[in-house]
Amino acid sequence: MRHWFRPLPALALLIGLAVPVAGAQERTPITVYTALEADQLKAYKAAFEAAHPAVEIRWVRDSNGVITARLLAEKAAPNADVVMGVATTSLMLMDREGMLEGYAPKELASVKPAMRDARPDPHWIGMDIWASALCVNKPEREKRHLPLPRSWADLTDPAWAGQITMPHPASSGTGFLMVSAWLQMMGEEKGWAFMDALHRNIATYTHSGSKPCKAAATGEFALGLSFEYRANKLIEDGAPLELVLPAEGLGWDMESIALVKGTAHEAAARTLIDWAVTKDANAQYAKNFAIVARPEVSTSLPHVPADLEKRLIKQDFAWAAANRDRILAEWSRRYDAKSEPK
Amino acid sequence: MTIAPALPPSLAAGTATVPRPGLRSPRPGAVMAILLPLLFLVPALLLPLASVLSKAVQDRAGSYVGLANLTEYLSSPHLAQSLSNSLTLSGLSAGISVALAFLYAYGLTRTRVPGRGFFALVAQLPLLAPSLLPGISLVYLFGNQGWLKGWLGGHSIYGSIGIVMGEVFWTFPHAVMILTAALSLADARLYEAARALKAGPWRRFLTVTLPGVRAGLVSAFVAVFAMVITDFGVPKVIGGNTPLLATDIYKQVIGQQNFQRGAIVALLLLLPALIAFLVDRAMAAKPAAMMGGKAVALVPDRQPWLDRLFFLFCALMAVCLLAIPSTALFASLAKLWPYNLTPGLWHYRFEMMDGGGWDAYANSVRLSALVALFGTLLIFPAAWLVAKGRAPRLLRQVPHALALLPLAVPGLVLGLGYVFFLADPGNPLRVLNGTLTLLVVCTIAHYYSVPHLSAITALRRLSPELEEAGRSLKVPALLTLWRVTLPMALPVVLDMAAYLFMSAMTTVSAVVFLYTPDTMLASLSVLAMDDAGDTAPAAAMAMLIFFTGAALRAAWALMTRGLLRRARRWQTAPAGV
Repeated sequence: MRHWFRPLPALALLIGLAVPVAGAQERTPITVYTALEADQLKAYKAAFEAAHPAVEIRWVRDSNGVITARLLAEKAAPNADVVMGVATTSLMLMDREGMLEGYAPKELASVKPAMRDARPDPHWIGMDIWASALCVNKPEREKRHLPLPRSWADLTDPAWAGQITMPHPASSGTGFLMVSAWLQMMGEEKGWAFMDALHRNIATYTHSGSKPCKAAATGEFALGLSFEYRANKLIEDGAPLELVLPAEGLGWDMESIALVKGTAHEAAARTLIDWAVTKDANAQYAKNFAIVARPEVSTSLPHVPADLEKRLIKQDFAWAAANRDRILAEWSRRYDAKSEPK
Repeated sequence: MTIAPALPPSLAAGTATVPRPGLRSPRPGAVMAILLPLLFLVPALLLPLASVLSKAVQDRAGSYVGLANLTEYLSSPHLAQSLSNSLTLSGLSAGISVALAFLYAYGLTRTRVPGRGFFALVAQLPLLAPSLLPGISLVYLFGNQGWLKGWLGGHSIYGSIGIVMGEVFWTFPHAVMILTAALSLADARLYEAARALKAGPWRRFLTVTLPGVRAGLVSAFVAVFAMVITDFGVPKVIGGNTPLLATDIYKQVIGQQNFQRGAIVALLLLLPALIAFLVDRAMAAKPAAMMGGKAVALVPDRQPWLDRLFFLFCALMAVCLLAIPSTALFASLAKLWPYNLTPGLWHYRFEMMDGGGWDAYANSVRLSALVALFGTLLIFPAAWLVAKGRAPRLLRQVPHALALLPLAVPGLVLGLGYVFFLADPGNPLRVLNGTLTLLVVCTIAHYYSVPHLSAITALRRLSPELEEAGRSLKVPALLTLWRVTLPMALPVVLDMAAYLFMSAMTTVSAVVFLYTPDTMLASLSVLAMDDAGDTAPAAAMAMLIFFTGAALRAAWALMTRGLLRRARRWQTAPAGV
């Protein structure tokens, strides 16, 4: 009559699964909001924690626009201790809201002056530069007998209609730096006219800055507006891609790090900023990016042209930060019906 | 994602009313026990929903602005587009899904198609994965590099076509379940009478079959409609340029952190789901007049041509149903689709991806186990208090009504409610923020209704004399529950646990606003990887969820088979389910 005890072993198994794994935690955890690529996070965390075993990084990752929106929304009670690998434009926006704390890390002097906030206790410090790039799928392009585009203007050729994807500038930092660069290079009127023409060829605006390049890699859409790190990485991995740096000049932004005002773990947070400007840290960035904050750290990405730095446009960060909301509102008014959900 | 496995109307029919309490007047403690389920349902369901309402009438700073948010949103041209897209595509998906499911269920119940058991099993496949899976597979099948791209005649899969195809796949099992139940209740005497009156096959179909399943058709349509309009998995992956209400909420809240606007869209989304729910309840409340006590079960005759035709149809549907997971499996194993199809497990190494990888998978399994365990431990006794408790009938209706509420609440709305509810600095439950416990509570609340209804139905099958006997022997009611009622209802209890486990494995909508990096889930990581453009790893994770569900189903079937056989000896009425 006791047969209804039979499922008890199963029940015990469920409870066993349910018991959380209790790990001894003596390290100070810091919450770091980031827009770094998922495939970079692991290496940075490991390198930092090897140098500072008493501190543990807990990443909160999303694309640049989403992280920015989240940081601004949490202004009253920030969850983040540090913001790392987020566009300088976004950090300047936070700084205008008084959300960042100045801090001069120990090795600040070895950072290129152009790559940091000029104040003696900088509110943000650049880590590396990322720049826009085109990913073109070679077999798909040849199948359609299309010439390799050389410039931004080439992208408005109707032959590319429905074959181009681009990151949404509200959610993706890579998307925003392109829009901001076109407006700075061409001027407002010509810039929007160019985007109107480009819009006619765009199949969809994606959430992330990497997705256009990944979609080009599989040939799902033959041409993706993306950035040089992702293109280089995918070519390394064997994708049939051609990397193009458009002739008129490249939009770019800096991945930067900043201390959040009012953090409860200020000491631990500072160790991360100290580490972020070290030679070790820069060597990590150099594996992914062609231009990093310390001049003595040499970089070479096999598939990115060596003269990348010369191709960057003259970037006015203050203008970009001050006009970000206005640009995004105008962009959304013109093109939003065609963006991917989110 | 709301009206998950809907119960067959026959089961749901009796649940609108609650049985009479025992004859002798009970002790006050036994009466007050009915309030215990409210300890869960009020904070886990009612209060979060109330905070969505209150958030909708506040501005960003939190001060009261009345209907300003609503009028602002209603005046944007974007809304009209989203609303009409949502209504049209949900209607279209529901129409196609129910039509196909009707023919399929007809084949299973009213013909002698060979392999009916196999076909019934295949129809369940879509239940095993989140709604993101059909989206991903359709990209591989019909996308720009898809094998079958030519079938679309130059149209793009991104947009309405993809959304409708994905939603039909995802809702098909629910429609088949409801319609199979409706079609299997048939009184052979009616057909005999129709034949005697010289009615031809068409006339018999139109005058006997269709009226008999009208309630089932309506309830399948509204259930599917509500599922589609609140789903965002399919449109998120394959919606392309098509704005919809469900994706709007997500875009407002996650993309722009505009919670007030999200709350407004949530309210709009609540309406169609609520209407669907009320229609469904109204249909279920009508007694199934077809099956009186003297009804004779219909055994379909052999009809060679019709059987062949239905076999072809069912086989074709089975191929389509199998094609979706098979495509995702194939794509997840290919090195670089479509250029390098070398098979391997590259995409199952998630370390370098967004979405938490294997940790997320482990979290999902843990969440599902906890939801199955605590959900069952909570829902079954609560249902027992409603069905067998000694409180006055009116009092027992309160937890019953609350238990049915989740059927009408889209997951996105519930999740958003949790965000608002727990953001209040004065709320002592704030400590739950960011914990797996929160996800467990939310998921139990989200999927409360269906197991509650199964428990009520099962308990009502047991004769009230058991409790009476226990009482006259002066055995405490709880002991009767543990010694007699629970063992007899054990197969149903295990089914409840299995349903909760599967739901927790595939849930996306409610938890998408609540997870933290430490509580990332497998279903959410499918979403994150697809967002980042890592489609093949997203397919790989979706297939992991799929196979976990399949393995669990198989294990459950083996486990319950023996139990069911033994339990049947006990029961007063034959167990049908």
